[in-house]
Amino acid sequence: MTLHQEASPGMLLDGVDVPGTRRDRRRPLRRGATRAAASRPRRRTSRSMFLLVLPFLLLVFAFSYLPLAGWATALFDYKPALGISGSEFVGFQWFRMLVSSHTQLEQIGQVMANTLAMSFLGIATSLLPVFFAILLNEVRAPWFRNIVQTLTTLPNFISWVLVYAIAFSLFSTSGLVNTTLADWGLITVPLRFLDSGEHVWLTMLAWSLWKGLGWGAIMYLAAIAGIDPTLYESAKLDGAGRFQLMRHITFPQLMPTYIVLLMLSIANLLNNGMEQYYVFQNAFNREHIQVLDLYVYNIGLTGNSLSMAAVLSMLKSIISVALLLTVNGIAKRVRGTSII
Amino acid sequence: MSALANDPAPAPLLRRPTKQARSRGDRPFAVWNYAGFTLFAILCAYPFWYLVVNSISANDLSAAGDIRLFPQGFHLTNYTQVLGLDGLTAAAGVSIARTVLGTAATVLASAFLGFMFTQERMWKRSLWYRLVIITMYFNAGLIPVYVTIKTMGLTNSFWVYILPAVVQPFNVILVKTYIESLPRSLQEAAEVDGASTLRIFFSVILPNTTPILATVAIFSAVAQWNSFQDTLLYITDQKLYSLQYLLYMFINQASSLAQAAQNAQGNLGIIASAATSQTATSIRMTVAVIVVLPIVFIYPLFQRYFVKGIMLGAVKG
Repeated sequence: MTLHQEASPGMLLDGVDVPGTRRDRRRPLRRGATRAAASRPRRRTSRSMFLLVLPFLLLVFAFSYLPLAGWATALFDYKPALGISGSEFVGFQWFRMLVSSHTQLEQIGQVMANTLAMSFLGIATSLLPVFFAILLNEVRAPWFRNIVQTLTTLPNFISWVLVYAIAFSLFSTSGLVNTTLADWGLITVPLRFLDSGEHVWLTMLAWSLWKGLGWGAIMYLAAIAGIDPTLYESAKLDGAGRFQLMRHITFPQLMPTYIVLLMLSIANLLNNGMEQYYVFQNAFNREHIQVLDLYVYNIGLTGNSLSMAAVLSMLKSIISVALLLTVNGIAKRVRGTSII
Repeated sequence: MSALANDPAPAPLLRRPTKQARSRGDRPFAVWNYAGFTLFAILCAYPFWYLVVNSISANDLSAAGDIRLFPQGFHLTNYTQVLGLDGLTAAAGVSIARTVLGTAATVLASAFLGFMFTQERMWKRSLWYRLVIITMYFNAGLIPVYVTIKTMGLTNSFWVYILPAVVQPFNVILVKTYIESLPRSLQEAAEVDGASTLRIFFSVILPNTTPILATVAIFSAVAQWNSFQDTLLYITDQKLYSLQYLLYMFINQASSLAQAAQNAQGNLGIIASAATSQTATSIRMTVAVIVVLPIVFIYPLFQRYFVKGIMLGAVKG
């Protein structure tokens, strides 16, 4: 049977395959005859196999495709208690309101500034895991590498609520940092790290890095392990030292992986997620911490303007998909393979 | 040379050129490198230590921020009292239940779908496969999903923790790829023996895919345990709060909880000393430790599965 065949790059879904593995794909004509002959006696089981996966397909439909119908909420004055059929149809009223009032526009502008700031700060620091991996790879003692890897990847596996619990215990007015600084006589009044509107973007970036840096390096460490050793050998024969190897062999060899991740983060420009920002938000920092995802939640579920939030939700989804397809298109043109 | 004598390089044949090629900056570089990583590792680990030592130290000292490195005035009453707080055992039950059930469901579903999508005989197989996979790349958005789940009547239902997470396209791909790497003869032999599709799945595929299923399970379990947003969005019934959500509420309302815990002590006729009576700080830290402990214990044991998971899912590049 022609079950395992080579994947051909180029189509949208090709990228879902793990490199080095093969997927089945219908190949027309050439092997067509044998296929038909071999599969004829099996035909009768095919529908029952479909019925076996049907329940799972229904789950996918219910939680991934059905919500697309929820976009209709954007056209109604949706009241949860009444349901969509009981709510009043208002057409594009919410879309117009989005751009009609000055204060509304200003608010959205601030939200977009926060969203893009967090995304671009993330992109600006996206080389850090690469350096982390290259430097950790230079450590010779295996036990040290293992301990560092375990400890620095641990924060990735705790929730943002716990990160906030940690932040609170360290940085609140009676937390470790303030009491220590006071003991050392450096401050007399506690510094307000958490309930302050200053440097919000930078502190949020710092927490993301604390949580994600070690884990982000794991993939690069594995990529380093996969670099062809003969590259190093020949460079050493040419007299390259340690730093030259890092700079001229390891670093360039990691770039393909880096570029793919970079493009994916560009595609996710609007998707910061809301959890981190939700747990850290308070009355003092709200203006600078509200990224798009959090804003949608705030106006939709605490401000009870579900329809307006649905409009933003929907626009965000559409723009995100467009961004992804664009980035993927560029990747295909430049690299010859798609990234998704 | 003496400076290099205690260098732990394993130095097989291939390594030798490195030593010759060493440049002058090597030693200082190594020192800075070790120092830098030690510092960052401490930065990552110390907050956990800080929570633990504070939760077992005298509460008046911890509230004043005096406990930094080692516990002082060791006691465990924080744990006994916090476990008696309203809703904590219920929330722990919910979190454990969703972790166990949710993980089992997604492991079984990933294994089954991964297997079924390798079966060429299935009617319109590649169409269904694509419909499942494509959901990785779009999301209708927070509010449309919320409205849908509300319309389905899943708000304030335990099943909102389980059902949306059953089919994870990424895991399906992982398992499918893994099964495709297994020898075809495994399944063919069972077919010759006349085994049914389900029989093949349970007695041939499942036992042979345990390595990849372990990876799926561990990622799913962590995600379930850590999940906070679904409680926030869909649950108002206190009986269904997850531990993460309760922790979030405790952080923000710890002062009033401390009062409640003190009152409860008073009612029992126990005269609490300053060292063991609950403070806002002690409650926050103790609950945080309870929530984080499973992760801290389980993670190092299963680290290789996590690493394998990200490697298998590595983007091509």
